[in-house]
Amino acid sequence: MLTIAGKTFHSHLLLGSGKFQSALQMQQAVRASGTELVTLALKRLQPGAPLDDLFSPLQVLGVQLLPNTSGARTAEEAVQAALLAREAVGTHWLKLEIHPEPKYLLPDPRETLKAAEQLCDLGFVVLPYCSADPLHCKQLEQAGCAAVMPLGAPIGSNQGLQNRAMLEIIIEQANIPVIIDAGIGAPSDATLALELGANAVLVNTAIASSTDPVRMAQAFRLAVEAGVLAQQSGLGMRQVRAQASSPLEPGFAHLLAGLS
Amino acid sequence: MPVPIANFQLTQQQFDTLQAQSCLPDQAAVQRALTAAKPSFADLQALLSPAAGEFLPELLARATQLKRQRSGRTLSLFAPLYLSNLCSNECSYCGFSRSVAVKRRILTVAEALQETTAIQSLGISQILLVTGEHQRKAGVDYLLEVTQALRPQVARLMLESQPLDARDYQQLRVAGIDAVMLYQETYDPQSYARHHTFGAKADMTNRLAAPSRVAQAGITQLGMGVLLGLSDWRTDVLLLAQHLRYLQQHWYQLAFSVALPRLKPCASQSTQQSGVSDREYLQLLCALKIFAPEISLSISTRDSPALRDLLLSSIACSASAGSKTQPGGYAVSPQSLAQFSIDDERSPQEIAAMLRVNGVQPVWQDWHPVLGRYPA
Repeated sequence: MLTIAGKTFHSHLLLGSGKFQSALQMQQAVRASGTELVTLALKRLQPGAPLDDLFSPLQVLGVQLLPNTSGARTAEEAVQAALLAREAVGTHWLKLEIHPEPKYLLPDPRETLKAAEQLCDLGFVVLPYCSADPLHCKQLEQAGCAAVMPLGAPIGSNQGLQNRAMLEIIIEQANIPVIIDAGIGAPSDATLALELGANAVLVNTAIASSTDPVRMAQAFRLAVEAGVLAQQSGLGMRQVRAQASSPLEPGFAHLLAGLS
Repeated sequence: MPVPIANFQLTQQQFDTLQAQSCLPDQAAVQRALTAAKPSFADLQALLSPAAGEFLPELLARATQLKRQRSGRTLSLFAPLYLSNLCSNECSYCGFSRSVAVKRRILTVAEALQETTAIQSLGISQILLVTGEHQRKAGVDYLLEVTQALRPQVARLMLESQPLDARDYQQLRVAGIDAVMLYQETYDPQSYARHHTFGAKADMTNRLAAPSRVAQAGITQLGMGVLLGLSDWRTDVLLLAQHLRYLQQHWYQLAFSVALPRLKPCASQSTQQSGVSDREYLQLLCALKIFAPEISLSISTRDSPALRDLLLSSIACSASAGSKTQPGGYAVSPQSLAQFSIDDERSPQEIAAMLRVNGVQPVWQDWHPVLGRYPA
């Protein structure tokens, strides 16, 4: 179970709805992935358009919608877009994204924190896409964010968990869910993120830009389920040398303790 | 102390040296470039070379993969709105040059709004304002007036006009210009001088410095390009890429679109040709996309429907559709003479239908005034 802001989800996979070749393919991928949380880009919402390519197809899926502020370049723009989203999409859940740098689309930490503080005060459930910086993540947590979404690698790069060392610290220190957001390129990356203790992953490019997005969505569903099971079961430690496979038996421990 | 504005420098010797190298790369160099994680300028040279012509399917496959990974299976549609064909420049290749006997017209603000409504009735709300160079009648005051009037109506407003001052660009940004297109035409100083014989445009240094002024003014989307056919295209494209990287290093927030139109016949030059074949055109577009996947390739209606079907479904990020290339062409005065001939006359809805068949989603907007950013 994944709990964010008091709401519980069975799936630990979040999906982005962009980059698909059609609305139908996006719907099929959402269904195959088992996700219950799907982002949609506010910048694509056409005011007054009764039947658009994005919002209407998402509404029929019955998932929790997570509007994102992609395209906003400053805190001010993100806050204004969020206020509009609350009205247009009818949810106070928000994925905060401020990435004014177009080459790697890296999040702007200063503007993200500033916007997060304002949006939390305005009563939004804020899930910020953020740098894999443990201190920054703590600051976002203190601002009242419902989760943090640090990047595994540059968005859309499919490079996997390049920021692993920092992600491990973020996971260790967080008191709110950690959702690894960008860079997850293969189902095995998603499994690894969950094995490391992340609460969820968000995937878009790896699914939408694969040759068969619907099957790839299913692959991610299975990979995330495997990661969750592994996390719950307790992973063994990695060792350089071989170790006896059985842990010390309780009886032996008792005997050991009795030795002078 | 203020940092001096950074300007890209270029000499004839630089151009000539690169041109001398342009045909040297061999097949091995092309293969290396195709698999490079971060292609270098040498890799781009290889991808632009004649040797890479043999690898066109590989180039297209790689560029398409990079485009889809970066921007998805989507294509953004826009239309040009020609505001004025008044021009005080003499450019050898242009149907709106000052000496060409063509009826001159500058749209009033009311007429520009009428044209906008006509474009929007085609389904398009991303608009590129185009003017000839006329400081007095189509200067920054006129552009500001048009921008302010159109801004609340449209999803995206871009500008292709004469180079302006940083202060003018700043005013236009505040008024709501999202992007500025500044095509260099050619990076070959000799050819530039030969083709631009009169008017402010004859000053190549000023034009070369203009993108820096756009960036300085805080405009974050810049359109660059050359007119293929004025000089050696391999070298022009390579220098365009160098200019782009230079700007990127100095303004990290700058996003780029690139358009590389080929010289076509116009009112004053009925026979001119670019000398760049469709295969070479495809090669250079793919080369640029592989070199810099973050740039958005923009395709105009100058290209044929068959070629556009391929480009729009594979490596392009944006394209114009339903274009009219004369002031008033959509509604006010549809019979007037165009700047250049259009090859793809399909409507935006027909283009959208073609895209859907090819597994690409048309995108009609990337931001909207109701989301904020612009003055009300």
